[in-house]
Amino acid sequence: MAELRAYAMLLGGQWRSVTSYRASFAVEMITNIGGTALDVLAVLVIFQATTNVAGFSLPEGVLIVSLSSCAFALADFAVGNIDRLKTYVRTGTMDAVLVRPLSAFGQLILMDLPLRKALRLPFGMAVLAVALRINHVEWTPARVVLLVVTPLAGAVFFASIFVLSASLAFWWVDSGEVGSAFTYGGRDFTAYPTPVYSGWFRVVFAYGLGFGFVAYQPALALLGRADPLGMPAWAGFASPLVALLAAGLAAAVWRTGIRHYRSTGS
Amino acid sequence: MRDRTVIEMRALRKDFTVRVKAGRLRREKRTVAAVDGIDLRIERGELVGYIGPNGAGKSTTLKMLTGVLTPSAGDVSVCGLRPVPQRTRLALRLGVVFGQRSQLWWDLPLRESFGLLQHIYRVPAAEHAARLRRCVALLDLDGFLDTPVRQLSLGQRMRGELTAALLHGPEVLFLDEPTIGLDVVSKQAVRSFLAELGATGDVTLVLTTHDLADIERLCGRLVVIDHGRVVHDGTIEALHARYGSRRRLVADLDAPLPPGFELDGATLVSLEADGHRASFDLLSDVAGPVVGRLSALASVRDLSLVEPDIEDVVARLYAS
Repeated sequence: MAELRAYAMLLGGQWRSVTSYRASFAVEMITNIGGTALDVLAVLVIFQATTNVAGFSLPEGVLIVSLSSCAFALADFAVGNIDRLKTYVRTGTMDAVLVRPLSAFGQLILMDLPLRKALRLPFGMAVLAVALRINHVEWTPARVVLLVVTPLAGAVFFASIFVLSASLAFWWVDSGEVGSAFTYGGRDFTAYPTPVYSGWFRVVFAYGLGFGFVAYQPALALLGRADPLGMPAWAGFASPLVALLAAGLAAAVWRTGIRHYRSTGS
Repeated sequence: MRDRTVIEMRALRKDFTVRVKAGRLRREKRTVAAVDGIDLRIERGELVGYIGPNGAGKSTTLKMLTGVLTPSAGDVSVCGLRPVPQRTRLALRLGVVFGQRSQLWWDLPLRESFGLLQHIYRVPAAEHAARLRRCVALLDLDGFLDTPVRQLSLGQRMRGELTAALLHGPEVLFLDEPTIGLDVVSKQAVRSFLAELGATGDVTLVLTTHDLADIERLCGRLVVIDHGRVVHDGTIEALHARYGSRRRLVADLDAPLPPGFELDGATLVSLEADGHRASFDLLSDVAGPVVGRLSALASVRDLSLVEPDIEDVVARLYAS
C-alpha cells in the first residue's frame, strides 16, 4: 500500500510540474487532439477519392481507424513517454531513477506521464461511437466483449512495442528514432484495412509482428465479414493473446536491458 | 562481536566493451576494465575518501555499490544486501548524491520535492519533519525552500540534494563529487555539514572528489584508485610517509646564500628573490635542529614550515 501511495505521489508531482506552466499545458493539450484527428482525417480523405478501398467502405474504414486510435491513444498516454528513456540514459537521469526504492519502469512512466495527451482517448472513443452508428453491427454478447477488449488488447500491444523500442537505448545509447518506425509506423499500419498493403511487407507487419490483430481482424469480427485474406473468423478474437505474447517479450527484454545498462561517465 | 562491515567488495570487476575505429568502416570490439579487481571493506561510521584521476573507475564503483550497474565479476555487498538483485530494498538504506545528477524535481519547489521523497522512501511524518528541520538549520535552506529547483543556484541546489539524500536517515551516504562547481562559501558549508554528519558515527560516508581539500577536511581514510585498481588504502599521513612527501622549510634571508651551500638534514630545492628566499625539504620529522643549523650558517629574517601538499603526492602517484 505504502508503495502504491509512493507511485501516486510521483504522479501528483508530475501533475504539479506540468501545471506550473499553465498556459503552455493548455495549448499542448488542445493541439495534441490534432494528432489523432489527423489520422481520422487521412482516412476520410482517401475515401473521398474512391468509394471503397481494398473492398472496404467508408464506414468500415472509420471503424478500423477508430479502434486503432483508441488503442494507440491509450498506450501512448500510459507508456508512450518511455521512449524518452534514451534521453534519460544519455543525461544520466536513469542513475537517479535507479537509486530510488521503486521500480524503474513505474517511475519512468509516472515521472513523465504525458498528461497533455489525455484528451486523445476521449476523441478516439467519440470516433468509435460514430463508427458503430454508421456500421451495421449485429450485437451478440461475444461482440460486446470484443468491443471492450479490442482497444485494451491493442493498447497492451502498442505499449509493448513502445517498451521494446525504448529498450534499445540500454544497448545502444544513440538509438535515435529507430523505435519510432515500429511505434508510429505500426499505428499508421493499423489505421487501414490490412488488404491495402501487399507482399512481404503485409506478411511481416500484419502477421509476423502482429499489427493485423490490433484493429483489422477485430473489426472483421464485429462486422461479421469474412477476411478477404483468408484468416479464419476466430482470428478477430485472438488480439488479447497476441498482446500478451508481446507484453511477455517486452517485459523480458526490459529486464535484460536494465541489467545491461551501462550508465554514462561520472 | 557484531560485524561492523557495511560495504564489502571482493575481486570486483566491471568491463565495458567499446568499439574502436580500425580502418575506414571496420570497428574493432575491445574490452576495457573500468574496475579491475577491487577488494575493499568499509566499516560502519567510517569516512572514506575515494579518489583517482578521471576515468579511474570511481563512479563506476559507486554505481555498482548502489545497484545502478551490474558487476562483470566479483562480489559486492552493501548493508548485507546484494545491490543489483535487491536494489529497491537497499535503496531505502542508502543516500546518494551524484554531483552532476539531480534527485530533485526541476519544476517543483524544494519543499515539495522533499515531500515527495518522504512518500517514496515511506518515512514517518514525524521523523521526516525532524530531519528536515535539522538540515534546514545546518544547511541554511530557509531562504529558498519555496523556490522551484530550476531557479536555484548550484550551491543552493547542492544543499537541497544533500538534504534529499538524508531525509530517510540512510546508513550509508555515497557522494559523487559533492563540491564540484561550487563557490568557496558553498564548499565550506557542504564540508562542515558533512563533517558534522560524520562526527555522529552513525552514518558511513564514501565520497569521490577531485577536490583534495574535501578529503583533508573530512576523511580519515583515503582510497586511491588508478586504472581500476586500488593503489593506496590508508590514512593521509600513511600516504605521505609512503610516498616520501617532506615538510618544507622556507627561509627569508638578509643576504643570499653562498654558492654550493649545504644544510645537514635537508636538501635545498629552490632559491628565489636573488637568493634571498631559500626552500629546503626536511629529510626527517624533526625540524628544530635543522632550523638551528640554518640560523648558525646564515642570517635568517623569517622562517616558515609548509605541510606537504596532498595534491602533489597524488599527482606523483598518478604519474607513476
